Amino acid sequence: MTGLFDNFFSGSVPLEGYIIVSLIMFFAGVYGFLSRRSLLMILISIELILNAADINFAAFNRYLYPGHMEGFFFTIFTIAISACETAVAIAIVINIYRNLNNVDVDNLQELKEPDSPEEIKK
Amino acid sequence: MQYTLLILILPLLSFILLGLVDSKWKPRVAGSIGTSVLGIVALLSYFTAWKYFSSAGFSGTYETLIPFHVEWLRFTEQLHIDLGILLDPISVMMLVVVSTVSLMVHIYSFGYMKGERGFERYYAFLSLFTFSMLGLVVATNIFQMYIFWELVGVSSYLLIGFYYTKPEAVAASKKAFIVTRFADLGFLIGILILSFYTRTFDFGILTSGDANVFAGMTGATFMGASVLSWATALIFIGGAGKSAMFPLHIWLPDAMEGPTPVSALIHAATMVVAGVYLVARLFPIYHFYTPDVLHGIAYVGAFTSLFAAVIACVQTDIKRVLAFSTISQIGYMMVSLGVSGYGGHEGLGYMASMFHLFTHAMFKALLFLGAGSIIHAVHSNEMSRMGGLRKYMPVTHITFLVACLAISGIPPFSGFFSKDEILSATMHFEPALGYLMSFTAGLTAFYMFRLYYNIFWGKEHKQEHTPHESPWAMTIPLIFLATVTVFAGFIPFGEFVSSDRKPFESELEPMVAGMSIVVALIAIFFARYMYRKENPLPDKLANTFAGLHKAASHRFYIDEVYMFITKKIIFNHVSTPIAWFDRHVIDGTMNGLATVTQWGSLKIKWFQSGRIQQYAYVILLGALIIAALVIFI
Repeated sequence: MTGLFDNFFSGSVPLEGYIIVSLIMFFAGVYGFLSRRSLLMILISIELILNAADINFAAFNRYLYPGHMEGFFFTIFTIAISACETAVAIAIVINIYRNLNNVDVDNLQELKEPDSPEEIKK
Repeated sequence: MQYTLLILILPLLSFILLGLVDSKWKPRVAGSIGTSVLGIVALLSYFTAWKYFSSAGFSGTYETLIPFHVEWLRFTEQLHIDLGILLDPISVMMLVVVSTVSLMVHIYSFGYMKGERGFERYYAFLSLFTFSMLGLVVATNIFQMYIFWELVGVSSYLLIGFYYTKPEAVAASKKAFIVTRFADLGFLIGILILSFYTRTFDFGILTSGDANVFAGMTGATFMGASVLSWATALIFIGGAGKSAMFPLHIWLPDAMEGPTPVSALIHAATMVVAGVYLVARLFPIYHFYTPDVLHGIAYVGAFTSLFAAVIACVQTDIKRVLAFSTISQIGYMMVSLGVSGYGGHEGLGYMASMFHLFTHAMFKALLFLGAGSIIHAVHSNEMSRMGGLRKYMPVTHITFLVACLAISGIPPFSGFFSKDEILSATMHFEPALGYLMSFTAGLTAFYMFRLYYNIFWGKEHKQEHTPHESPWAMTIPLIFLATVTVFAGFIPFGEFVSSDRKPFESELEPMVAGMSIVVALIAIFFARYMYRKENPLPDKLANTFAGLHKAASHRFYIDEVYMFITKKIIFNHVSTPIAWFDRHVIDGTMNGLATVTQWGSLKIKWFQSGRIQQYAYVILLGALIIAALVIFI
């Protein structure tokens, strides 16, 4: 830990710095994914989780295997894939909005079975 | 003689063809196909008979020929079911009988069934029946016989229920099927017992008279009788069901709901004699190993014969009279087989039975076809609706009279010769039985002439339109069969069919013949006196013997007894508890399982809420717990 603060203003950022940042991003994303009700916010949370993973890829590659490039490539791949995924997801969200006039996940229950046996009989 | 295979194949092809095209072709075309196929089959049968009977070997014995044989189903080395064609005197004779009567019925139906709905279906079923019956008679082994036995049963069912919109016809077809099927259960069990001990189905081995075949069975007994007796008795029960022996006769009178030509073919000439044929086929077994069963057959036949003749005297529906007459005549054949010995003159009964089978097929088919012609003219089965028809229907009248004379046993018509031989065989066996059969012969003459005088003489009943003679398609078969009936008696039958296959000369016994002629003539004159003109005597007699008359016209309440046994006893005390057990215990167990499963699944279904965030929460929690375990432990 001391090394981190020693080098904070001078020289290179140590590996732990990157990991702490990505950790914060990851759990912020998880928290957002679990607590938010809006589809858009959930989507943004997923992006945060993915980006946290990207940071880890880049940092570990830089510090553990200098001279290799696989981690960076992987990061770029992930960014591309998450972009695609976002495009698809946004399209779905827009369709949901057109049908329901909101994007609240709790309202998406049209295809679900009723909960109690009484409701089944109806 | 490979071509005999065609005798079987052609009707089958005709059935398939007519069944497939159904009503796409004109009725006339379909009928012509069926009839011409039958014509070829009949010609082939005659040719086969000619070839076969002209080829008696050196010893003068008719050999058994097997021109076609194939192993059909092979289960193990010993258990295999074969199909084949077996030619011996009785099967060749049956080929001739079946194909002749069937051909006549095919031609006759052109006139009788004209304009009926389902004409093609009718011809298809006739072909199916002919195929099955021919397969039955040429069976090489008892299992093949059983297969075709069931096939004739099903074709009989289909044809009785031909007018399927009529509830009586449907009920009659079901009754016929169930009663005969019930009897066939006995047949099947008998076959299984027999083949279990002898390890073969083959007729050739079974009837060879070789004691080694039954070596396995001689020691085995069951409930006081040898196993072989049980087997042959059970096989006879199957035969009794098809041949309408008491008490399994109840289906045959009801089977008259079918079209009349069908009654002539199936319920008079061919299918109902299958039981007689079966006993004749297994005759050496019955005779050499289980003579008690054979004598039992004789007594069953004698009782049935008398019983049915009494009922026939009081029935008013002409087809019912003929049906009971058929039962009675088959009783004669059974008696004759039952009293027969083996070889030469001892085997007179066997030969007489087959002879009577032959002549009866001809004159009974003629009677039924004649009755059909009458029904065609007056549109009713009831005797009271007829009377004085001789002026309007000369051909039917004459042919019917010929058949009546034949069945009554008046020389020189064919029935006289065959019945007389039966009577003399019976006399030799047991005079009391012989007198009983002579008395039955008198009853036969009486009820046949009661029928004849009521239809053709007596008071004219006012018809809606004047009755007229039937078209040529119907009269030609009548004339042909009448010709056969007149001359068939002169066939020296003993030359062709005998118990040991050696030709022998059978001569008339003047005593027996004289007595039977006298009895028949008395009965005929009695009937003439009572029914030719209006006469109060029949009513007076009916009142004097009111109890007997009522019981006989209700067929001695046998049907009621059956209804009582099935509905009151079996349904109430067996079927109802079984149904209760099924509904409450078996269904209850299954329903209980389903209820428990449903209840359990409803209890735990909240676990799968469908909310992704909840799932993710649980996954995260689980991941954290695992991480904690990995780190701290």
